[in-house]
Formats: sequence, C-alpha cells, structure tokens
Amino acid sequence: MHTILRAIVEPGFFSSYAVQLAAAFGGVVAVIAAGIGVFTVIRGQAFAGEALGDMGSAGGSSAYLIGVAPIWGFLGISVAASAVMELIGVQRARGRDLATGVVLGAGFGLAALLLYLGMSHPGTTGEIPTILFGSIFTLSSSNLPIVLTLGAITVVTIATLYRPLLLVSVSPELAAARGIPVRVVGASYLFALSIAVALADLTIGAILSTALLVGPAAAALRLTSRPHTAILAASGIGLGCTWLGLLLAWDSYYWPPFRHGWPVSFFVVTLVLISYLLSGLRRRGGSGSGA
Amino acid sequence: MSAPALQVESVTVELGGRRILDEISFKLPPGGLTGLIGSNGAGKTTLMRVILGQLTPTRGHVQIPGADRRRSVGYVPQKFLLDPDMPLRGRDLVALGLDGHRLGLPRPDRVRREHVAEMLAAVGAESFADTRVGRLSGGEQQRILIAHALVSRPPLLLLDEPLANLDLRSAREVVDLLATIAREQRLSVLLSAHEMNALLPAMDRVVYLADGRAACGPADEVVRSDVLTRLYGHPVEVLRVHGRVIVVAGDSDEAEPSHPHHHHAEAF
Repeated sequence: MHTILRAIVEPGFFSSYAVQLAAAFGGVVAVIAAGIGVFTVIRGQAFAGEALGDMGSAGGSSAYLIGVAPIWGFLGISVAASAVMELIGVQRARGRDLATGVVLGAGFGLAALLLYLGMSHPGTTGEIPTILFGSIFTLSSSNLPIVLTLGAITVVTIATLYRPLLLVSVSPELAAARGIPVRVVGASYLFALSIAVALADLTIGAILSTALLVGPAAAALRLTSRPHTAILAASGIGLGCTWLGLLLAWDSYYWPPFRHGWPVSFFVVTLVLISYLLSGLRRRGGSGSGA
Repeated sequence: MSAPALQVESVTVELGGRRILDEISFKLPPGGLTGLIGSNGAGKTTLMRVILGQLTPTRGHVQIPGADRRRSVGYVPQKFLLDPDMPLRGRDLVALGLDGHRLGLPRPDRVRREHVAEMLAAVGAESFADTRVGRLSGGEQQRILIAHALVSRPPLLLLDEPLANLDLRSAREVVDLLATIAREQRLSVLLSAHEMNALLPAMDRVVYLADGRAACGPADEVVRSDVLTRLYGHPVEVLRVHGRVIVVAGDSDEAEPSHPHHHHAEAF
C-alpha cells in the first residue's frame, strides 16, 4: 500500500507548506466557483462568466502596475465589469450576448494596454504568465483572509437568495407573478459571480477561470436532476480536479524529459474536461430513458 | 353570497396613446371556470397583467380578497420553455410554488413534502413528478405548472393561453382537470384563449374581449349575435354547427360578399 502511494505521490507532497497552502486556496476557490457555476450554466450566462474571467487579465496587470496585490485588481475589474453588463442589459435574454461581447471587447483592449505596459516595465518577466494562467503555488498566506472573506460573501449571498434565484432562473415570469424582484435577484447573483470569478482568476488564471466555473457545473447537471445535489456535485468535482491537479503538477517535477514542473492550471483544466466527458458516458449508459 | 374571487371595476389601460382596455368591468364568484376569450391583440394579456398587479391601470381598479396579491393569485404563463438539462424535477418546481419567494435555504420539512405530493396527486402528475421538467411533454408541463400555481392555495388561478401549444387530447384533459379542481376546491379559474370551442363544455362563464371592451356572463348569454354585434360595433354572426361555435363578421351593406370572414372573425 505504501509503495503504491509512493509511486503515485512523489516525495514531499504532503509535507510541503507550499502544497498545503495551495490546497487550501485551490480547495476554497474550487468549491465556490464550481458551486456558483451551476447557476451560471442554468441561467445561460457561461459567456458572461468567461468575459468576467478574461477581464481579470486587465485587472491583474493594473494591480501589478500600481503595486497592490493581484486579488484587488481581479476583484475590482470583475465587479466593475459585471455592473456594466447589468446596466447594458445582461438580464434580458436578447441583450445578454451583446452586453457581454461589448464588455469583453473593451476588457481585452484594456488588457492589451496594461499587459504591454507591464512587459515594458523593468524586471518583470514572471508576472504576465502568472496573471493569465494562475499562480497557486506562489500565493502568499497573507491572501488567505481575503480569499476566505470573499468566499464567505458569495456563499452567504447564494444561500440567502437560493429559492428566489432558482425560480427566477427557471422562469422570470413565474418569479414575477410571486412578487419576486427579478432584476434585483439577477443583479445580486451577478455580483456574487463576479467575486467567484475574481477568486478563480487568482488561482488558475484569468484566461482559464471559466473552466473551473462552468466545467464542473456542466458535468454535475448530467449526473443529477436536483438543483441542490447539482451544486454539491459540482463543488465536489471542482475540488477533486483542483487537488488532483496539484498532485500531478507536483509529480511533474520528476517527469522526463524536462524534469521541470508543469503548470497546475493545465492539469486542473484537463481534469475538468475529462470529468465532463465521463459524466456524458454515465448518462448515456445509466439512464437511457432520459429521465 | 360570499365575496367575489375577483372584481374588475371600470379598468382602462392606455399605453403610448392607444387604448388597450376600455372600461372593463366584471366579477367572478368563488369557484368555477371562466374563459377569457378574444382574438390576438384584444387585450387578454394586458388584462392578466393588471389582475396580477404587474401593470397599473390608467383608470379603474381590481379587487382580490386577501392582503397579499402574490398569495391570492396563482399564475401559469403562456410561454414556458425549459432547457432539458435544467436540474429541476416537477416536484422541485411545485415546492417553489410554496416558498419560492422566501429567503434562505429550504429546510427538510415533512409537512412541505406532503403538501407538494398532495398537489401533484390532485393534478395527476405523480407518475412524472421526478423527471426533469424540461423533458416533459407540453401537457405534462402544464400540469406541473398548474400544481406550482395552486400549491399555495390561492382562491384565484390565472392561465395565459394554456391550450395554445397542446394537441386536442391534451387540451381536453387540461380543461377537464381545471374544471374538476375549480369545482372541488372552490377555486375561481380564469383562462385566456383565442379558441373557445375546447372550453365550451366545461366553461361556467365567459369574458369576451373585443377591441378592448368586454361582455361577461354565461356562454349562452354572451356568445350571441346581438351581444357580440354590440361589442364589436358592427354586425357579427354567431353560428352553431355540430356543437361548435363559429363567430363570423355578419353580412351588412358594407361587407363585401367575397370576404365573408372579417379580420377579427374566429372560424374554427
């Protein structure tokens, strides 16, 4: 048993402080992003989530340029972008892709400028890939209180709004007939989403954050017909992919031919894709009746 | 006689300078099935939105017993398209009818579960209550939506064109179901339709809308040539053929013989 474990887990994995810290950050963020992602998928706002994530590259690089922690840049730009999307009509089905596309275009323009400025800044080679593709092994423990606070805000928001948000996501008409303020609920959800995306930007990178948001949720929707089980399943899949990704990234230091660690984000995103494909097999095999 | 389940008094709605509803007045007693009949653009949806409290009339008002309108009126919208991948069973949607407006996570509750099961049984939806709503047929979804609207026990149920996308058999089943529930639970049901024949055998009353005005009463007293002629403001004839009703623009001096069916005529 011990030898098997030794073969899978290369030496030093469990005892490394960097790994423990990365597991804590990655775990918290995966559970929150994947859980909230269930609502993102059923509301058909995956594109909005992608846009908010991509905008993070502008936020992260601007945070770097003005000398604050990247999380503030990710958070600031994500919340601002979601507010703009809300104002120009992301709640209306027809305005949704347009609002998102307009914000995304502007965000990439800003990112192009800021990344360029960041690169021409003296002595800054390692920062840009970190912003785009994540930095989970290099996060300092000083980030932990911020990440936990932001995580708690999103969890409390979603738990409070759970039933109205579900009904609004199913049918705005049914929700309105029950006196639920459809727009307020939608905007609050978008706010929680923007925080979750900022957290995912921090751990697996601005460009890859959608994978963690949408992938586990999409897989979970194939596995269960109940909303709260879908949220738990998505969080579990997100957590599993992240922790397994950390392990593989650690192991990859020992892999031939380079003997040079591969990025964690690559493993996480790949594992998310694999779990999505596996969930498809299960549905086809498991319940042919379609129920 | 107890208080009416719905009282609409001189409701006038003007939108963008156009008069959509013109001095509409009628009363629905508790219990019974009422058809809100009219062609497209007659003002059916506008009237429903006024009753739901989503639109404030320019003049007039609507009276519904009970302080909280969201609990006094059950509503089934016309367009209901749900993605088949939406992780929501019929049972979950009915439960949201009970407490979907409440904040916080739902707690496991035996009374709540029994309430939902009872309602599912009342609409005959037990056999498909655990299937995703998005994978149900139109008629099955209609039953789940009726259970969703009724589970909070409102005295009034509004349905916007519930038969529009159903085949003939499903439409008849839904009408029979509504008539039964209306009778057994003393529920007042108001459903809109542009086609009245599917409703004729079950309907206790009709509110006939034309050009923003209304005539209300038992179908035999309203769906008559003289009443509808007065309502439309020009000659209209009601024909009864094999137990079906056909409303056509009647012959008058102005009517062209080659166009017997006027634009508003209902021919089925």
